[in-house]
Amino acid sequence: MAERLSNREGIKGMANPTRYGIERVAYWLQRLTGLGLLAYLIGHIFETSTIVHGKVAWDKMLEFTQTPQGHIILTLVIGMCVFHTANGIRVMLGHGGIGVGKPGQPEYPYKAASLNYKQRLCIWVSIGLAALAMMYGASVLFGD
Amino acid sequence: MAVVTAPKPSEELISIDKTLDQLNTITLRIARSNPAEGHETTYSEFKVPVKKWTTVLEAILYVKQNLDHAVAVRYSCRQASCGSCGMKINGKPSLACYTKVSELHSNVITVEPMNNFPIIRDLAVDFKQLISNHKKMKPFIIREDSEVTPESKEFIQTPQDVEKYLQFSYCIKCGLCNAACPTMATDTSFIGPQGLAQAYRYVADNRDKGKEDRLKIVDDSHGIWRCHFAGSCSHVCPKGVDPAMAIQLLRGYLLGFQK
Ligand code: HEM
Ligand code: SF4
Ligand code: FES
Repeated sequence: MAERLSNREGIKGMANPTRYGIERVAYWLQRLTGLGLLAYLIGHIFETSTIVHGKVAWDKMLEFTQTPQGHIILTLVIGMCVFHTANGIRVMLGHGGIGVGKPGQPEYPYKAASLNYKQRLCIWVSIGLAALAMMYGASVLFGD
Repeated sequence: MAVVTAPKPSEELISIDKTLDQLNTITLRIARSNPAEGHETTYSEFKVPVKKWTTVLEAILYVKQNLDHAVAVRYSCRQASCGSCGMKINGKPSLACYTKVSELHSNVITVEPMNNFPIIRDLAVDFKQLISNHKKMKPFIIREDSEVTPESKEFIQTPQDVEKYLQFSYCIKCGLCNAACPTMATDTSFIGPQGLAQAYRYVADNRDKGKEDRLKIVDDSHGIWRCHFAGSCSHVCPKGVDPAMAIQLLRGYLLGFQK
């Protein structure tokens, strides 16, 4: 009710990356990969803690990482890690006002200087690096 | 006998005239609602004749004048100066008076009230929060000697001094940035890109002595730290204010990276 009256977009709108350019996609990926890494970290702690239940439990857990599903998850983790780190550095610098352009006289059609090609390039490079790392990771994991 | 023939208008001119004059008919879908009365959103459809230069606001006013005068819409200047006519046009926060129907490349145009603002009725939304957050930023020069007296002189600023804040001072308070912002979508207490950009407009002005006051206000859990630099505000701003830049520069200033 309150949401309808205030007409807030809510979580659905916040998590919709299909509008407002590649910068919004990067925002969405940064959140998604951050949460994904957090989930992995928790899973990782759980996985390594199986050693306290003895060698059998530990070996069983290790076996899972050797399955195709395990490989896919690890490949995703590699991609998430690389994108989150590379894009995270861009975001941190941006948050410090670095690389966001210089104020000046706005000229029609008023393209925003903070959405500059350097920012967009960094986003694409982050995506590209993540893709390359995933391909390499997958080739090692799935290769014999 | 000399025969004088009127010069024939060139083919090209005629064809330009034709395209300019061509009457197209579009379907304008207007979101209708009255939440205070408990009326859910419905969409009214209207056939509206448009020309190449017809703006979305003109199309809405055509509906009001000829088809349904009950459509609620706020507007004033019709020239992207007053900031009244912000709405969602085919899903994107835009000024209705500054968006031509022809540039949307669609025969169906849907207009809806801006998100993240309470709806008053139909397309008219409530600006209370935006204006109150704007006021909280102390949007004026703060200094002891700001009154011009016979003894005082105006403050001289170099063009470089002016460029540091000029673009941010072009804000017309239309609220499109707040409607696009992903933080604004979920955080009801967030100051929002409009207010934060205005805080920086005064922080960057070398006549101003009120930085400490303002920084205390934006240094809040619902203040500047809630910005994730998604850039959507700058994507939709119709005046080139670039609120995302202002916010990052302000945060850089707070963190000590920017002078
Ligand atoms: C060198 C490595 C890393 C860098 C440079 C980095 C950088 C960042 C930055 C700048 C943000 C803020 C993004 C924003 O303001 O929207 C962020 C968010 C986040 N990070 Fe990381 N991060 C790193 C590693 C990690 C790891 C290992 C995890 C998981 C355990 C993680 C989990 C998260 C989460 C959950 C968020 C919140 C997402 C959001 O609010 O959008 N990060 N990271
Ligand atoms: S910053 Fe731009 S989009 Fe936001 S209120 Fe001002 S003019 Fe409108
Ligand atoms: S009517 Fe004034 S900005 Fe559109």
